[in-house]
Amino acid sequence: MNLHEYQGKSILASYGVAIQRGLVADTPEEAVEAAKKINEETGSEWFVVKAQIHAGGRGKGGGVKLAKSYDDVNSISSDIIGMQLITPQTPPTGKKVNKVLVAEDVYYPGESEPSEIYMSVLLDRAKGRVTIMYSTEGGMDIEAVAEKTPHLIFKEEIDPAVGIQGFQCRKIAFNLGLSGKAFKEMTKFVANLYKAYIGCDASLFEINPVLKTSDDRIIAVDSKVTLDANALYRHPDYAEMRDLTEEDPTEVEAGAVGLNYVQLDGNVGCMVNGAGLAMATMDIIKLSGGDPANFLDVGGTADAKRVETAFRIILKDTKVKAILVNIFGGIVRCDRVAQGIVDAYNNIGDINVPIIVRLQGTNAEEAKKLIDESGLKVHSAVLLQEAADKVKEVLA
Amino acid sequence: MSVLVNKDSKIIVQGFTGGEGTFHAGQMIEYGTNVVGGVTPGKGGQTHLDRPVFNTVAEAVEKTGADVSIIFVPPAFAADAIMEAADAGIKVIVTITEGIPVNDMVKVKSYIDQRDCTLIGPNCPGVMTAGEAKVGIMPGFIFNKGTVGIVSKSGTLTYEAVDQITKAGLGQTTAIGIGGDPIIGTTTKEAVQMLMNDPETEGIIMIGEIGGNLEAEAARWIKENGTKPVVGFIAGETAPKGRTMGHAGAIVGGAEDTAEAKKAIMRECGIHVVDSPAHIGAKMAELLA
Repeated sequence: MNLHEYQGKSILASYGVAIQRGLVADTPEEAVEAAKKINEETGSEWFVVKAQIHAGGRGKGGGVKLAKSYDDVNSISSDIIGMQLITPQTPPTGKKVNKVLVAEDVYYPGESEPSEIYMSVLLDRAKGRVTIMYSTEGGMDIEAVAEKTPHLIFKEEIDPAVGIQGFQCRKIAFNLGLSGKAFKEMTKFVANLYKAYIGCDASLFEINPVLKTSDDRIIAVDSKVTLDANALYRHPDYAEMRDLTEEDPTEVEAGAVGLNYVQLDGNVGCMVNGAGLAMATMDIIKLSGGDPANFLDVGGTADAKRVETAFRIILKDTKVKAILVNIFGGIVRCDRVAQGIVDAYNNIGDINVPIIVRLQGTNAEEAKKLIDESGLKVHSAVLLQEAADKVKEVLA
Repeated sequence: MSVLVNKDSKIIVQGFTGGEGTFHAGQMIEYGTNVVGGVTPGKGGQTHLDRPVFNTVAEAVEKTGADVSIIFVPPAFAADAIMEAADAGIKVIVTITEGIPVNDMVKVKSYIDQRDCTLIGPNCPGVMTAGEAKVGIMPGFIFNKGTVGIVSKSGTLTYEAVDQITKAGLGQTTAIGIGGDPIIGTTTKEAVQMLMNDPETEGIIMIGEIGGNLEAEAARWIKENGTKPVVGFIAGETAPKGRTMGHAGAIVGGAEDTAEAKKAIMRECGIHVVDSPAHIGAKMAELLA
């Protein structure tokens, strides 16, 4: 589950990670109030107004701006709140901004130059261990850094049995070229960051940049925090941070009834049991001359209610010219699934696109018979190749 | 021969008396699998499905000599159940449970790496040796004893491959569902190694999907050490990029994440890759003819 910058920062701060201080606001008036409070707390007279959406590259799209007065805060917030923010990571139409984070200015001049550091905490799948990845090249697109200057990216693997150790924190601070107060602050920052990652059951932290300020403080200026959805039962307070307006409404509707649905751009809808078979079915649609309109895993119990909801969701997409249902009934009986399909079809009424139903497994032949005799505009198949051929036929 | 489980395996079920455990243990027993008992903490001493229930895995091992365990424990308690089995000396731990928090699995992986056991899964359909032992949730009737071994990340796609093999007039030795989670006990390479070393297995089917580098790792091993024909399929050629993987994660995963990249590596390593999942069985039949 993805969080907004302000939510991620609040979690980090609760574990003692130093952050750029700020307050979230829904309106320009609230933004000005927030700026005044931040001024009282921090003495900062300049502020950064940041659009809160689930996408990176906000600065490039005009979603992050420096305000040098309360009037600036007001006018910048008025511009940003409600705008369609387009960044390299949003859909082409952008994302609507509902909130801004008003934060202290941390790039103030001082004894040394401020410098930006990149740091992320993530799972190294191959090793099965949590890894801290960091670089002196902060504030930039890390993929570009990885491509051009891979030697500037460092990794530190954490042994889960003992957690992060002092020598590892020191190594990171040394590799980042820090000394004195900044060095000490960095070791503390890293230790607390790891503690936060484990404590909140994250699956990704990306802090870009971590800033060394001109007075040698180390603080998180941005935060991308992704939590492990499977662990949310341990964190009901974090579960409440989910922002449904950031998600595709159809995917949310599907998720509510236990369907795993992802919207795509193609012309052939599909409904499948099991994620691997669902991806394979999308591939077979492509090989048959179509393009998959969605990924949809109905899960283990493909009963009439779920099948009906799945059909309704797929049919919302007007680009869909055909639907392929591919169920491998292992433990579930195919004739029951077939009955579910017939019932769902009748409940929805007139379906104008051809449906190809491939049922394989227990009682597959009975299921085919049931569908063939239903009088519905449904093509049935038993073998996967037959289903593929039928898709080709209806698209021709 | 076969790998991991056979007719002599002594199998216990953790989460024996729960809904899932009861249903699937029943199916396993019906297939003729040697289920010797089960574990449900607090229900020790009872009898379930005509088999003894124990409070702990250690007690079950002591009383029954169990060497294989299958876990149907809910996700919040599954990591604990795996470590309990490893601690009690179980050699093959098959974990069906879906939705275990990934940081729990980080700990489990580290724990079992120091013990003499093999973890299969989690989030997998289990392991099945045709005609001998069904240690999982796969439908038994699609299997036919034969010479093809199967390794797969997915449940229903494994059934599809098994069914195609049977319909092609062939049969299976062992099908290993390794699971689709980010951290799993047995990798594609390790499962392929087992089948490569099994004298009864004559051909291997390797089914993967987008994400991670398990297939590439297995493919490189096969190139160096393979002695039997391998048919490969990677699901997700048409899957949208970046939907399941975080921005930073894609770097550590490297450039071997996509279906195209994996298939190219597999082909370079001499694996017979099919683009259509409908051609898995036919391709293997052709190679073994």
